[in-house]
Amino acid sequence: MTLSPQLEAKFNKLLESYPPGRQRSAMIPMLLYGQDEIGSVTDDLIEEVAGRIGVTALQVNEVLSYYSMLHRKPMGKYHIQVCTNISCLLHDGDKLYEHACKKLGIGHKEATADGQFSLEEVECMGACSWAPAIQVNYDFHHFVTPEQLDRLLDGLKKNAV
Amino acid sequence: MADPVKLTIDGREIHAAPGTLVIDAAKQNGIEVPAFCYYEGLTLQAACRMCLVEIEKTPKLQTACTVPVAEGMVVRTETPQVATARKYMLEFLLTNHPLDCPVCDKGGECELQDMTFRYGVGESRFTEEKVHTPEKQFSPVVFFDAPRCILCYRCVRVCDEGLGVKALGVINRGVVSEIAPNHGDHLECDECGACIDICPVGALTSGAYRYQTRPWEMTHVGTICTHCADGCKTTLGTRNDRILRGNNRDRSGVNGEFLCIKGRYGFDFYDHPERLQAPLLRVNGKLEEVSWAQALNAVAQKFNQTLADGGTFGVIGSNHTSNEENFYLQKFAREVLRTNHIDHHRTGDVVTLLDALSGKEGKLATVADLYERKAFLVLGADLALEHPLLSYQIRANYRHHQAHIYVVTPGAVREDHYSTVSLRGRDYASLRDKLKAESELVVLFDDSYKGDDVRKLVEFGESLGIPVKYIALVDYSNSRGAVDMGVAPELLPGYKPSGQPGMHYGEMRDANLGALWVVGANPLKNGAQRKAGFLVVQDMFLTETAQQADVVLPAASAYEKNGTVTNATGEVQRLKRGINTMGAKPDLEIMGFIAREMGAAAALGPWTPDAVFEQIRKNVRGYQVPLPVLMTGGAAQTMPVNGRIPVESRPDLVHSDHNGLFASGTLGRYSKVLNSVMESRLRR
Amino acid sequence: MLYNEPSPLETRVLSRRFGKPNSASIDTYLADDGYKAFLKASKMKPEEIIEEVKASNLRGRGGAGFPTGMKWSFVPRNSPKPKYIVVNADESEPGTCKDRLLMEYDPHQLIEGILIAGLSVDAHAGYIYVRGEYRYLIEILDKALAEAYQKGWLGKNIQGTGFDFELYTHTGAGAYECGEESALLESLEGKRGVPRIRPPFPAVVGAFQCPTILNNVETYCAVPAIIRDGGKAFADLGVPKAGGTKLTCLTGHINKPGVYELPLGFPVLKLIEEVGGGIRNGKKLKAFIPGGSSCPILTAAECEGATMDYDSMASRKSMLGSGGVVVMDEDTCMVKAALRIMRFYAHESCGWCIPCREGTAWLRKLLTRFHQGMGTRTDIDLIGDVSRNMLGRTFCPLGDAAALPTISIVEKFRQEFEDHLDGKPCPFEHARHMVTV
Ligand SMILES: Cc1cc2nc3c(=O)[nH]c(=O)nc-3n(C[C@H](O)[C@H](O)[C@H](O)COP(=O)(O)O)c2cc1C
Ligand code: SF4
Ligand code: FES
Repeated sequence: MTLSPQLEAKFNKLLESYPPGRQRSAMIPMLLYGQDEIGSVTDDLIEEVAGRIGVTALQVNEVLSYYSMLHRKPMGKYHIQVCTNISCLLHDGDKLYEHACKKLGIGHKEATADGQFSLEEVECMGACSWAPAIQVNYDFHHFVTPEQLDRLLDGLKKNAV
Repeated sequence: MADPVKLTIDGREIHAAPGTLVIDAAKQNGIEVPAFCYYEGLTLQAACRMCLVEIEKTPKLQTACTVPVAEGMVVRTETPQVATARKYMLEFLLTNHPLDCPVCDKGGECELQDMTFRYGVGESRFTEEKVHTPEKQFSPVVFFDAPRCILCYRCVRVCDEGLGVKALGVINRGVVSEIAPNHGDHLECDECGACIDICPVGALTSGAYRYQTRPWEMTHVGTICTHCADGCKTTLGTRNDRILRGNNRDRSGVNGEFLCIKGRYGFDFYDHPERLQAPLLRVNGKLEEVSWAQALNAVAQKFNQTLADGGTFGVIGSNHTSNEENFYLQKFAREVLRTNHIDHHRTGDVVTLLDALSGKEGKLATVADLYERKAFLVLGADLALEHPLLSYQIRANYRHHQAHIYVVTPGAVREDHYSTVSLRGRDYASLRDKLKAESELVVLFDDSYKGDDVRKLVEFGESLGIPVKYIALVDYSNSRGAVDMGVAPELLPGYKPSGQPGMHYGEMRDANLGALWVVGANPLKNGAQRKAGFLVVQDMFLTETAQQADVVLPAASAYEKNGTVTNATGEVQRLKRGINTMGAKPDLEIMGFIAREMGAAAALGPWTPDAVFEQIRKNVRGYQVPLPVLMTGGAAQTMPVNGRIPVESRPDLVHSDHNGLFASGTLGRYSKVLNSVMESRLRR
Repeated sequence: MLYNEPSPLETRVLSRRFGKPNSASIDTYLADDGYKAFLKASKMKPEEIIEEVKASNLRGRGGAGFPTGMKWSFVPRNSPKPKYIVVNADESEPGTCKDRLLMEYDPHQLIEGILIAGLSVDAHAGYIYVRGEYRYLIEILDKALAEAYQKGWLGKNIQGTGFDFELYTHTGAGAYECGEESALLESLEGKRGVPRIRPPFPAVVGAFQCPTILNNVETYCAVPAIIRDGGKAFADLGVPKAGGTKLTCLTGHINKPGVYELPLGFPVLKLIEEVGGGIRNGKKLKAFIPGGSSCPILTAAECEGATMDYDSMASRKSMLGSGGVVVMDEDTCMVKAALRIMRFYAHESCGWCIPCREGTAWLRKLLTRFHQGMGTRTDIDLIGDVSRNMLGRTFCPLGDAAALPTISIVEKFRQEFEDHLDGKPCPFEHARHMVTV
């Protein structure tokens, strides 16, 4: 598969970051950065990564299916991750998640038909003191109320058009 | 050897070698510590937590499978705390288990059943919904039922570490973790079935065996695989004269628990629909079924008449039939048919090797040597495909003892992954300095080294100044035995020169002989036309040769007779009859009957395997092996000659079929399993 | 901008640059004593560095609290293998969000700590393993690394000291278990995040099978101050067996949630009342988790007289943990809390060993059913029992981390479980919703 020049450069840099013979170490970063660009971990990406680090596709599959941020299915352009773990729960993170479900009309690890949004109920994301927290792709949003969430989603929707 | 360590287990003072794991130290002293994931010879996992024991001065229970013995250590394996841990570990294991023992193939020989019986709780407190996933078929021979899997990772390890294939892995995490095959939904591998065999529960089951029987209904017969020359013991599970499975769970034989697809599943040719069940006689140009009496009579008459007419006989023997059959056949040929035109298909230059080693002792390596010696030189062969057991042994040696492996082959081979040096081509001499630095060496070479090449190779080996042993790789289950027994024009049993000229395999095929007798071979397989005036064929199937015969006599397979065979490393082992197949007779019996019909039986002596083996013991050097070893299923190595073999070397006659894992000469065509796996299409 | 107002009760050692303009830039750092400790350490013998760290009574800030100096001294000095410094920036323990700030506001302090660790064991390469969700931090760190390389604080012959060091960031991809040190090393090697059999410990066989120092971000960040001001000064900030300050994440029903740097031994009630401004909405304290969801929970009564240090927490059969304090008010449903915590561990169990894999999944289902009002009286004991059957028998401490809080909740809040029986709906208003995956 052909990678974008940025991704190609990233992969090459990764391959140089580990001791000789340890190129397998680059697997998880490659998959994650690859997913960021492609939208999901595709068969092609698996083959590509496997080839570059000299492992089998099964070995890549074993690893990728272990990590919860790696997806085989495409997620939305905006992947909304709502934390409902204990500190967020105490600030009604679970209700915030339900609110997001209703608002977007989708459930856990689902994407909207237009591919714009996807939703995931996630575990603690390291924003406990600023709960409830969500992440849109890699961006953190803290102290999120249902109203703020609505505004955020509406804003993103407008962006998309 | 370092001094043994003294420790106490369950109040008993015990001595164990330093480095021994507590679980093994206990076992050596008759104390069972239950375990699922611990498996001798494979890497440690400490995943199943069944082997938790109390060790004094350590607050928490420890896994006996990971802790090495230490001086003064006090271990307790039967305290209430340990019993409780085991009990509830089993409760955990059964929470998502379907508990479908009544319809599970493993029932009766399942480690989970046995452990629950011994250590488990009577009932489970788990009342939630179980994780369920439908059964999957990984290949024609491998089925996987995830809910029964306890994730002990034995299958993953045996495939990676034991076979070097890495076809199985683990995907997902947590309670939905699952064993997965290497190609999406299916396996592409050696299809050896080791994963099924090693699975302690009924998660991996065999496509060939599943739902056929309960294990306790079978009779178990340990015999020798009839395919390649490595000589694996395969234990046939039989019921009502049917073979239902092959395995080697008792780890007897030279192969321990190893078997490849041929040894485990390749027995199934025995009930192929084309299996001959009655003799055939050519009447008005067509082969017709006749009685044994008619067929034998026809052969005997024709043989006697040919003798009377002064016609010439040709005899082609087999590298699948037993030593007894080969011995009897050559004796028949030489003493009754008065011909020296006798041969078989030679697949490795054993004769030159033995000649070149003349006068030397201890020069032939055994299968066990492959696990124990320190360095190996593999020449020509793709060992993992052509000699699965030998390759397995070397791989295990590398893993456990870091053996050095040198590979000189035409193409890439599996051994490259762990070899010290891999070269493409034939230039082993360039390794001289490296090999000289080794403390010992075993050289394995295939049919691309023959005649003078073998002599040069031995010269090279003997010039290294270290102990060197050799293996001439040959193809079939009794290729080695056929030469040892003198099924060759220039050689009598035990490599004595026959001193008479005689036709070779190809010459007989192409000569206008009075009569040609083919026992377990297929010389006309490449579309050749028969030339002999009379052609008798003993075989299991109507092969290309049998189709042109005047008389075809249905032969029993290796699994249907007694006798002995000699493998590539010269180890003699015993064949044990597993089943009887209607209509077919062992070749030895057929030959005996022909002799009797001809009125020549007395000259040849009795034709029971035991009686013939006695003659072999008297006549063939090295075969005076201790009978108890053979009778108890052991292997005894022979060195059938130790002196020059003053015959003309005929490298031109040596030709290996290079059968891979999914081929076995003509025989392989009749195995459903070998033909069903997709790899047999991919690799042919 | 800071995430929360600092508290006057803080002792700001590691966080002293937080809130400064451009606090992440190397210029700000250099202008404020930056890298001086490294220069000082580069003139010390390796043993002297380790002695100084030992003298500081610094204990690991990742959760287990192992004495850091001792850990460093386990690295075999004469091993011919290369040695590595690995930073645990996986910060995934629920309730914990402090390493994030250390990397966001002061990445060079971390780099300096890593360099000093490298000097102490003759390591010349290091990896910062950052949880995948913290992508923005990787960008900040990469920028800091680039600055450090550019200004000669990383790379060959650093500042003419003759010491070489290469430092890399490495992203995780969503797995709590990869915070466990040996699972982290597996993950760093491109494998499933399954822990390793120990011994050998990472100090001897760590990253790439070589001797390795592996510590939490905060642990490394404390090192420059220790070398600069001396181990004793750092030790004196804390209590006798545990020196220094701890970044404490106040979360839950508290008026002023946030991350505060407090000396070890800080009183719990003072933390809640004075640093945190008391319980939200004037409610009463019901339960207190001292350091992340893996710690046994304390009742309000147990918080009396408790201080934030290892011994005080141990005497209450809990742990200081990672600094993730969770405060729960009187309206909190403890069954729901137990359920949410167990859902986390069931989701994060790596699945390697039987008791954790099966136990967490069982308890998750059982607690879900129970919370929905479908529990039976025998379930209450069963929850405790199943947890105890995991305890101490799992391959790594994640099993204990799941069992301990659960056991403590069932034991200390049994009445709440009773109140859920007989099909009764959850008695706590704001706990009515429960989303289960
Ligand atoms: C399940 C589990 C998760 C852990 N997660 C983290 C983590 O996210 N961050 C961390 O620094 N340590 C974590 N630890 C602790 C590490 O195993 C290790 O003790 C620590 O990184 C050592 O550094 P320290 O001595 O500086 O604390 C975790 C431990 C366990 C058992
Ligand atoms: S290795 Fe050879 S002898 Fe052994 S099972 Fe396979 S084919 Fe049979
Ligand atoms: S045998 Fe020890 S944990 Fe499985």
